[in-house]
Amino acid sequence: MTDATASAQPARVFSLARIEGALPWIALGLVGLLLPLLDDSYIGVIAQRAYIYWILSAGLNLVVGYAGQIAIGWVSMLTLGAYATASLTAGNATPPWHPYLALVAGGALGAVFGVVVGLPALRLRTFYFAMTTLGFATIVTQVALAWKSVTGGGVGTPGPVFPWPFEPGWGFYYFCFFLAALATWMTANIASSRFGRALVAIRDAEVAAEASGIAKPRLLVAVFLFAGALGGVAGGLFSSLQSYITPDAFTFEMSVLFFIAILIGGRGSILGPALGTIILTALPEFAAPLVQWSTFLYAALLLVIVLVIPGGIADLLDYRNRRPLEQHREIVARPELLSRVLDKRSERNAIALTGVSLHFGGVRAIDGLDLEIRSGEVHGLIGPNGSGKTTTLNVISGYYRPNAGQLKLNGADLPFDRPQARAGYRIARTFQTPRLVGGASVLENVMIGGMVDGSGSFAESMLSLPRHHRDEKRLKEAALLALATVGLEQLAPVRADRLQHSELRFMEIARALMLRPAFLLLDEPAAGLSAEEIRRLGALIKAISREGTGVLLVEHHADLIFDICDRVTVLNLGKTLAAGTPDEIRSHREVVSAYLGA
Amino acid sequence: MLESIVSYGLAVGAVYALIGITYNVMFSASRVFSFTAGMLGMLGGVLGALFITKFGLPVIVGLVLVLACGALLGIVTEILTVRPVLKSIEQHLYVLSTLAFALMVQQLTAIEWGTEAQPFPRLIPIGPGWLDQQFWLPMLACAVTIVGLELLYRKTLIGRAFLAIAEDSYAARALGLPETRLRMASFALAGMIGTLAGFTGAEMLLAFFGNQSILNFYGFVPVALGGMGSNRGAVIGGLALGLFQQAANFLVGGIFAAVAVFVVFIIVLLLRPEGLAGAATARRV
Repeated sequence: MTDATASAQPARVFSLARIEGALPWIALGLVGLLLPLLDDSYIGVIAQRAYIYWILSAGLNLVVGYAGQIAIGWVSMLTLGAYATASLTAGNATPPWHPYLALVAGGALGAVFGVVVGLPALRLRTFYFAMTTLGFATIVTQVALAWKSVTGGGVGTPGPVFPWPFEPGWGFYYFCFFLAALATWMTANIASSRFGRALVAIRDAEVAAEASGIAKPRLLVAVFLFAGALGGVAGGLFSSLQSYITPDAFTFEMSVLFFIAILIGGRGSILGPALGTIILTALPEFAAPLVQWSTFLYAALLLVIVLVIPGGIADLLDYRNRRPLEQHREIVARPELLSRVLDKRSERNAIALTGVSLHFGGVRAIDGLDLEIRSGEVHGLIGPNGSGKTTTLNVISGYYRPNAGQLKLNGADLPFDRPQARAGYRIARTFQTPRLVGGASVLENVMIGGMVDGSGSFAESMLSLPRHHRDEKRLKEAALLALATVGLEQLAPVRADRLQHSELRFMEIARALMLRPAFLLLDEPAAGLSAEEIRRLGALIKAISREGTGVLLVEHHADLIFDICDRVTVLNLGKTLAAGTPDEIRSHREVVSAYLGA
Repeated sequence: MLESIVSYGLAVGAVYALIGITYNVMFSASRVFSFTAGMLGMLGGVLGALFITKFGLPVIVGLVLVLACGALLGIVTEILTVRPVLKSIEQHLYVLSTLAFALMVQQLTAIEWGTEAQPFPRLIPIGPGWLDQQFWLPMLACAVTIVGLELLYRKTLIGRAFLAIAEDSYAARALGLPETRLRMASFALAGMIGTLAGFTGAEMLLAFFGNQSILNFYGFVPVALGGMGSNRGAVIGGLALGLFQQAANFLVGGIFAAVAVFVVFIIVLLLRPEGLAGAATARRV
């Protein structure tokens, strides 16, 4: 098979999928555009409410569905936007603003507080963020009740009336419709960009995301700004639709509605949550006797979804990923493609550890280790379990800060504690247990590895500007090439969690290759592979090093080590037991007795 | 004014502290923060008013029934929302499962009990001022709970088993401790503590379904301040929060009090995520 067919075939599958994916949106858009022909103002109001809820949920979907951050109190953004727009227009605290300007201000306020509420999510575990959003929602309502001069307190304040061209009635209807369409378009752009993939990576494989150079705080701040702004704008529209707002209008239950719409729809989908929002908005209108039970039923639904179908409707409808895969798949790596994947590196680089020690409590995981990894060489790191191999790798890739010693790249210090900065130095790694983004395709998993090579900004991706398309095209081509190199190109469109263990190992190597690494750190890549696969893996690793990449290979398979390594370091209890060429190590008496066996 | 700030602040603070302890007891046994803590607090008030005012039962019978309901709800929480999630790979789903269950109970309360705040009966007719039960009852409940938990954890075998599970559930299971049953017992205990908080604080907070989200948040603040799992931290944090809130309420108004609590909460979370007194880091790679 030639390279051309290898990359062309999955590409065709994807463009077919894109057309298929657009059909429901076209249908929804047509229904929305033509709905006013019915001339039924009751249906119009329900539709407007659905659009407004969706504007908020579209942004929230990136936070909840993509980034996996459990924002249960996002209704607070709706409240903020509604009160800002309403009280600025009414002139409660300032001279009256023009309604459209006030709506923009509502969006801006939502953006600011989206970030404020999101701050704990940048560092802390899920529950803290959930609690912060809940607390914020509680407090915003309390403030709305207490700050009578601006919000009108419990009595409330009138909502804005937008003048021509979006005056109340069908004018306002189209305003909501177009803003909802715009919000959908922007979130879809982000979702399908490298930023969307990075969000999913943070959700499913945070450690791997860091190793690929994804800076979680920066990315999440951008998403919180965006989701907060959409929430604020939705609030401004909501206050106009309600025509009069009181704190009672913004119950915590509404938050649950947004949240459940997203979960029902499915995480990592946009169509699913959109349908979920429409259904949940419309349902109580058609089941009048159940209205007082609606929140109870939503909550019950949430419980059922979490316990029974955590993937949501999108998962149930994902028929493409239920087609059986070919049974006896073989991974045939093609190292000859490496010259196109990697930059030919002629410069001599080296990562040097001198006197590195790291203690976990009383345990000395590494104890005064010296190690040098040079370009163009495979450096084996072997030793019994607990001898400090993986810990060494984690020090180099920035996850651990040693208690003593130096870590230098070409003579300059490599900063500790900053794993997400390693990708910038072209240091790539794989993991002992493959860290995959299960819900994403193999291709997307590999594309994550090229995150740092994108040139377009978040805003450019959101607006689908040319640099975004150039990035996407280049990343996709590079990822298909990397997949072809490791021998997985046939599996590019398949969900990663359907792969076999050995395939995941090769997928991780492809992801690492996306970085065009100067150094590649492999953590037991041969574990769980068959003898034949290990042989192919060995040839691939050797070929990678011959392109000028320095490889650190942590392994237990002695045959593989002695086959492909240029130099070997043997660790025991965190100390170097021996170091030298494979031949020297093989005949080293202590190594033989301590580790290799006679 | 000082007297009312202190008495009211300590009383509210004691309720927050008890809800914080409720979070902690569930967390220790399962590593799960459950949104049912605020629900239990809310139900303590509503069920108390239901049994004593509506049904006219004697106070002590009412209290016992409320605590029994709390224990039952704790067990249901464990079986329905915690156990299945602990088995799955995505353990953080507990946030959603416990929230969903708490919301179902809250909505049921809103429908059956009503959405208006209703008065809670005066149980011990002495007072006014400091002697008024609404001030000392929550503090008494808090003290009894703390002493009771200390005795349970230090002096009894089952208490030591609780501690073992909290310290290292894997090793505890390997020693043959019945982890699931102990977890269920912990949730039952948490159910009683949570409803006790609501019961004793209800004359002040009223029997109101909306107390749930307020208690969920203000009861979690002491846990975040004092470090998760630390009951002493929760009591100090809870009382401090209550005093601060009341002082701010009286001196500068409710808007400032609410905003200030939130700001302090976020700042502490960002600067000392392990709490002002705690220390915990986990290996990730």
